[in-house]
Amino acid sequence: MSTTAEHPRHQTVELDRVVIRFAGDSGDGMQLTGTQFTAASSLFGNDTATLPDFPAEIRAPAGTLAGVSAFQVHISDHDILTPGDAPSVLVAMNPAALKANIGAVTAGGILIVNVDGFDDRSLEKAGYASNPLTDGSLASYTVYEVPMTSLTMEVGKEAGVKPRDAERSKNFFALGLVSWLYSRPVEPTLEWIGKRFAADALVLDANTRAFRAGYNFGETAELFESTYQVRPAPLEPGTYTNVTGNTALAWGLIAASHRAGLGLFLGSYPITPASDILHELSKHKHFGVRTLQAEDEIAGIGAAIGAAFGGSLGVTTTSGPGIDLKAESIGLAVSLELPLVVVDIQRGGPSTGLPTKTEQSDLLHAMYGRHGESPVPIVAARTPSHCFETAMEAVRIAVTYRTPVILLSDGYLANGSEPWRLPDVAGLPAVDPAFAPAPGEGDGRAFQPYERDPETLARPWAVPGTPGLEHRIGGLEKADGSGDVSYDPVNHERMVHLRAKKVAGIAASLPPVDVDDEGGPGSAPVLVLGWGSTYGAIAAGVRRIRARGLAVAHAHLTHLNPFPPNLGEVLRAYPAVLVPEANLGQLVRLVRAEFLVDARSLTKVQGQPFRAAEIEAAILELLGVDPATTAPKEDVSS
Amino acid sequence: MTDTAVPVTTRKDWSSDQEVRWCPGCGDYSILAAVQMLLPDLGVRREDTVFVSGIGCAARFPYYMNTYGMHSIHGRAPAIATGLAVTRPDLDIWVVTGDGDALSIGGNHLIHALRRNVDITILLFNNQIYGLTKGQYSPTSEQGKVTKSTPFGSLETPFNPISLALGAEATFVARTHDMDRKHMQEIFRRAHAHRGSAFVEIYQNCNVFNDGAFERITGRDARAEHLIPLVHGEPIRFGPEAEHGVVASPDGRLRIAEVAEVGEEAILVHDEQREDPGLAFALSRLARGPFEPTPIGVFRAVDRPEYGEAMSRQLLDAAERRGPGDLEALLRSGGTWTVES
Ligand code: SF4
Repeated sequence: MSTTAEHPRHQTVELDRVVIRFAGDSGDGMQLTGTQFTAASSLFGNDTATLPDFPAEIRAPAGTLAGVSAFQVHISDHDILTPGDAPSVLVAMNPAALKANIGAVTAGGILIVNVDGFDDRSLEKAGYASNPLTDGSLASYTVYEVPMTSLTMEVGKEAGVKPRDAERSKNFFALGLVSWLYSRPVEPTLEWIGKRFAADALVLDANTRAFRAGYNFGETAELFESTYQVRPAPLEPGTYTNVTGNTALAWGLIAASHRAGLGLFLGSYPITPASDILHELSKHKHFGVRTLQAEDEIAGIGAAIGAAFGGSLGVTTTSGPGIDLKAESIGLAVSLELPLVVVDIQRGGPSTGLPTKTEQSDLLHAMYGRHGESPVPIVAARTPSHCFETAMEAVRIAVTYRTPVILLSDGYLANGSEPWRLPDVAGLPAVDPAFAPAPGEGDGRAFQPYERDPETLARPWAVPGTPGLEHRIGGLEKADGSGDVSYDPVNHERMVHLRAKKVAGIAASLPPVDVDDEGGPGSAPVLVLGWGSTYGAIAAGVRRIRARGLAVAHAHLTHLNPFPPNLGEVLRAYPAVLVPEANLGQLVRLVRAEFLVDARSLTKVQGQPFRAAEIEAAILELLGVDPATTAPKEDVSS
Repeated sequence: MTDTAVPVTTRKDWSSDQEVRWCPGCGDYSILAAVQMLLPDLGVRREDTVFVSGIGCAARFPYYMNTYGMHSIHGRAPAIATGLAVTRPDLDIWVVTGDGDALSIGGNHLIHALRRNVDITILLFNNQIYGLTKGQYSPTSEQGKVTKSTPFGSLETPFNPISLALGAEATFVARTHDMDRKHMQEIFRRAHAHRGSAFVEIYQNCNVFNDGAFERITGRDARAEHLIPLVHGEPIRFGPEAEHGVVASPDGRLRIAEVAEVGEEAILVHDEQREDPGLAFALSRLARGPFEPTPIGVFRAVDRPEYGEAMSRQLLDAAERRGPGDLEALLRSGGTWTVES
């Protein structure tokens, strides 16, 4: 940390990173505030990672703990992997927001509180017996009390906004203040406010004034001794955008359909946290994207199957209970052997569970959640931007192998964002739909809808409208080749094996799993094997172990069925394997069963992603190392 | 697809090589024959024709058609057909379903397909029983029906499929029966020509589990007295001498009266194009069940934008306004920044 004197009245402290959490009522606009702070930081050149955390209720009773909505952002001058284990700055708009989040703040952290929100009634609603701002309970923090509501209402009055409405701009005041405190450029945010509220001049004016008032308050009030500066991160050269997992996933689907020359059809029923994919795709009709908000989850996938039969790229998106409802139709697609992408944004279960909280607990459901022998390929995204290429990969497998594919993302990836270096569009993979052509003149042989490609075992995709390929498909068992209904026992066994072999055979098209092991593959005493959104926390935990001078390896799976061809070899090369998962141990069961390795499970099901420190602790334990004896050689951040 | 003339075909061209496996004497045979004999007349191509079905006896239908077809899962055919219809407006899509398939497990899909006015032709084979699972009562079985699953009689009020379709905002609603090929073909032809969802209820005899369910109205000798033909623009009359007619009571209810008693001008003139479905609904309630005079024919046929076409128009409009999709621009749409090397 170095101190410079760039600022006229305040000194500026250089930080390598900071984790800020904005917290308020669900109606306070904290998600918007956090998202824009992130965007401004990304534009400034920082690496960023975010963790939105909001209640399932749209508007839980104001001022209560249940209604607290928070947005955590990690900004840094170097590449980071997680939204940060613990915030060092908490912006609390009311007592409930303080109470719900204070436990997470690092010792000695900064609290910026909207002191106007700390009236007796609000304190009582949050369950405070005494005012924490005056009772000394916050002594270990640096507390800044700012009258955000009253200052916002004052500038609102100048703008001519009714007092009731003026109060609603206070999140922009907070945004302005934090932007000043962390030396963020104001132009991008002012520009964004201008665009976002273009439709209502009064609101636009009020929000702009509130933002400026917050910024100026920092500058003029004799409250803060210094401002902070987090310099741009040395990111790989290129053009970047900030993207959430759901947006990246939607774009990946569009890109895949575009590159394949297939019309994109989405059948979907609104469900948290998957709905944003439906929203995003519905915007892009000029790409030929058709979206159907179906009457239920079953119709969503049914319509996607119908579209696939007609030669479109059929997709359905869902979460939680929705994936249960789609099970029957996925089985139909397995039998029909048509391309289909089923996107499951995992959330806490069982049943309605925790709709807005993340979990990785649908892996075994994706794998086995259908009656009969019903193999389905599974891919999983690891970071928000990785959702883009994972969507493209799901389409590749679906189209090449004529099969439904389940794509697993989760609530953390869906709503979290990160800077994404844009790929070269011309270099994106293109999959050939290879529709079955109409038979030529004198081509006497009857069309065989279940004849298979010798290499992929895929059957022909023969779309209606093609003369000479008229055929009937369905959920009844087919005769191998002709596709006629067949109850023949031996044929059934052959078909069960063929379908299983086809899916297993996808492995031949997969790259070997990458192992991050500094000393070369097989050299570290422990391999951490992960899948999906644990990527950031595991990679950060691994960094911490290495900073202690210890060796550990990390492999992360995108393909969960089939596994990459070298996975067994990789696992057997390590004396110990640790599998962290946000479930009770699902991947660990699969690898133990498949490879007979004594992999250990590390689980967490709190609706929150792993922290790097938790991964670090579990690795140390497995290594038999006392955390105190090997202090990190350098300060590492995640 | 070529734009040469549609080839001349016969029933044989539309029949697949699969052996038809319904019970001998099943009403499904005559419906299949009616469709196979009608299709050569409709000016359509086999490769552009798709039959989609769910599960049940009727759902085997696609296997017997030498067209594209999908025998899907129970109740889901309207949903599957919706996805196909909106992405392939060039196709001619038929949904074949039964009373259990369409009105029980698939009720939700049926009503929403009708509401959306997707361009599909739905043939509902109503035999008032579950045949494939060997004889349980269905959502159209009469109250008190004794079946394997209701040994003491069914407690449930049946659906009236015509009333249901009208309530679901269907733009084309008709009824026919398996004993009259000419009438079936006339109704199927009109249903096929309709733009949007066309719903046809077909009274179909299941001679194994519910034999004679419609005998009292569709039997050769019963028809004149018990089937009320609906003809657009004509007074609603029936009987061997057209001596009965449908009149509106002062309280708005419809009832059957003798033409001689009420006078010809009192007889209701059928108007299938009325915007308000109220009268069509009242007609659908005229008979309490297939044991008293029952209207057959087209109850309602109105124009409303077809769903797939409306969706296509939105796509065209968007492309016109914003130009064709540009991936590069899409990825940059959220704002970008550049990191120099
Ligand atoms: S059970 Fe009834 S409906 Fe089914 S095929 Fe036999 S007769 Fe026809």
